[in-house]
Amino acid sequence: MSHSLRGRTAIVGLGLAGVGEAPGFSAMELLGLSVRAALDDAGLKLSDIDAVFAATSSHAFASMSVTEYLGLRPKYFDSTNIGGSSFEMHLLQASLALEAGLCDVALICYGSNQRTAGGRLVSMSEPQWHETPYRPRHPITAYALATARHMHQYGTSREMLADVAVAARQWANLNPDAFARGPLTRDDVLGKRMVSDPLTSGDCCLVTDGAAACLLVRAERAKDFPKPPAYFLGAAGANWHRSIQAMPDLTVTAASESGPRAFALAGVSREDVDLLMLYDAFTINTILFLEDLGFCPKGEGGRFVQDGRIAPGGTLAVNTNGGGLSCVHPGMYGMFLIAEGVTQIRGEAGERQLKRADIALLHGNGGTLSSQVTAFLGSEAAL
Amino acid sequence: MDEGAGPQKVYEDYLARGRFMIQRARATGEYVFYPRTLSASGETDLEWVEASGLGTVYAITVNRSRDGSVNIALVDLDEGPRMMATVVGVETVPIGTQVKARVERGESPRVVFDPVEPRP
Repeated sequence: MSHSLRGRTAIVGLGLAGVGEAPGFSAMELLGLSVRAALDDAGLKLSDIDAVFAATSSHAFASMSVTEYLGLRPKYFDSTNIGGSSFEMHLLQASLALEAGLCDVALICYGSNQRTAGGRLVSMSEPQWHETPYRPRHPITAYALATARHMHQYGTSREMLADVAVAARQWANLNPDAFARGPLTRDDVLGKRMVSDPLTSGDCCLVTDGAAACLLVRAERAKDFPKPPAYFLGAAGANWHRSIQAMPDLTVTAASESGPRAFALAGVSREDVDLLMLYDAFTINTILFLEDLGFCPKGEGGRFVQDGRIAPGGTLAVNTNGGGLSCVHPGMYGMFLIAEGVTQIRGEAGERQLKRADIALLHGNGGTLSSQVTAFLGSEAAL
Repeated sequence: MDEGAGPQKVYEDYLARGRFMIQRARATGEYVFYPRTLSASGETDLEWVEASGLGTVYAITVNRSRDGSVNIALVDLDEGPRMMATVVGVETVPIGTQVKARVERGESPRVVFDPVEPRP
């Protein structure tokens, strides 16, 4: 049985700024430009925004900073920061606040200049005292440990991991806005520099700049805007740990809990899903989330992604923007899952446009496989 | 030893004296690591016991950088809890390798593991 939130709110504005490289701009400046683009997209004014949902890697009090920068006076605000999946959680919080009548136009936004500011992953994530003596380089150390365990337990190979990166690149090659384009073979990925065994730099997401913003309203006015609405169908989060040391089983993420709950809330079955946007910070993520969300049995994710199954022309459309691996990854990628979902549902995805894009699954991941949030967006036909 | 301090400090003080201690809940027998003020089931009757030091490598990676390579492992202690650590004296070991802990003294004392012959 689906939840009463199904189809009650919709994204009516979407804006991006500085995707890839934006030299000379601060994170907040890019965020501001993405909000302006989202307002233009929706035909709304800055002063129409009365709720702010924000998270970044460089602002401790993100909604406060955004409110001041944009000169807003929001009635409702939320800076929930659970890493890269924050924005999928914001979709749920914003929909609850809209539905409760606490606000009328909710802004969800993010901005980062991590590529041109330093070229390194920026994180406010504090070291864990019981891990510090061993000098892990998170996040990659954690994801490498999970990968090693998956390979040991299920026979997943580096070639299978490489196929995830190749599929992402093939999608990116259809997306003029993707940062990493051009040919990429399995051997290219395998031959890249080993960073943290068994992950090479080819298994790692990009380090880019980028900002994105979206605007949500209640569904009853969603059709009053210029673009087709992307309706919120439901979302659920699950969180079992913070540090990788405390993850119960490195081959099973909390997506195995958030997924089933989100499917139930959204009243969606796996066969209904046209697009999967899976947070691919590393190649193992795509494999783990395909398994944990039930698109293949546990342990089979590596074999599932072979033979171009998730690449353009494959049987399952996954990360059609090119993903964090080849499109954009400014540190917290979750806002860009939403962006691609909306773009596909609107039919604005150009060469990579899916024939049918009525239901998009967005799966956000934060920390070291820690916070997992599954959300669904749908077209009017999905209601 | 002032066991009246918070568990992180007690653990680190024991390490500084060369001892690898973990917590156990008296009522339930649950072992706790990393050290906390309550167990997974909510018990606070935690006592400090000497870890057996025996464990099994659950996962391992080698972080490679210009400064060299170092392995980082998750080790399942025989008592149950898992900890982050490193296996010393080798570049890496297969998952499932049996290991034994010792305390590496120094400015920041820490538990490290040596590979051991398979136990019967």
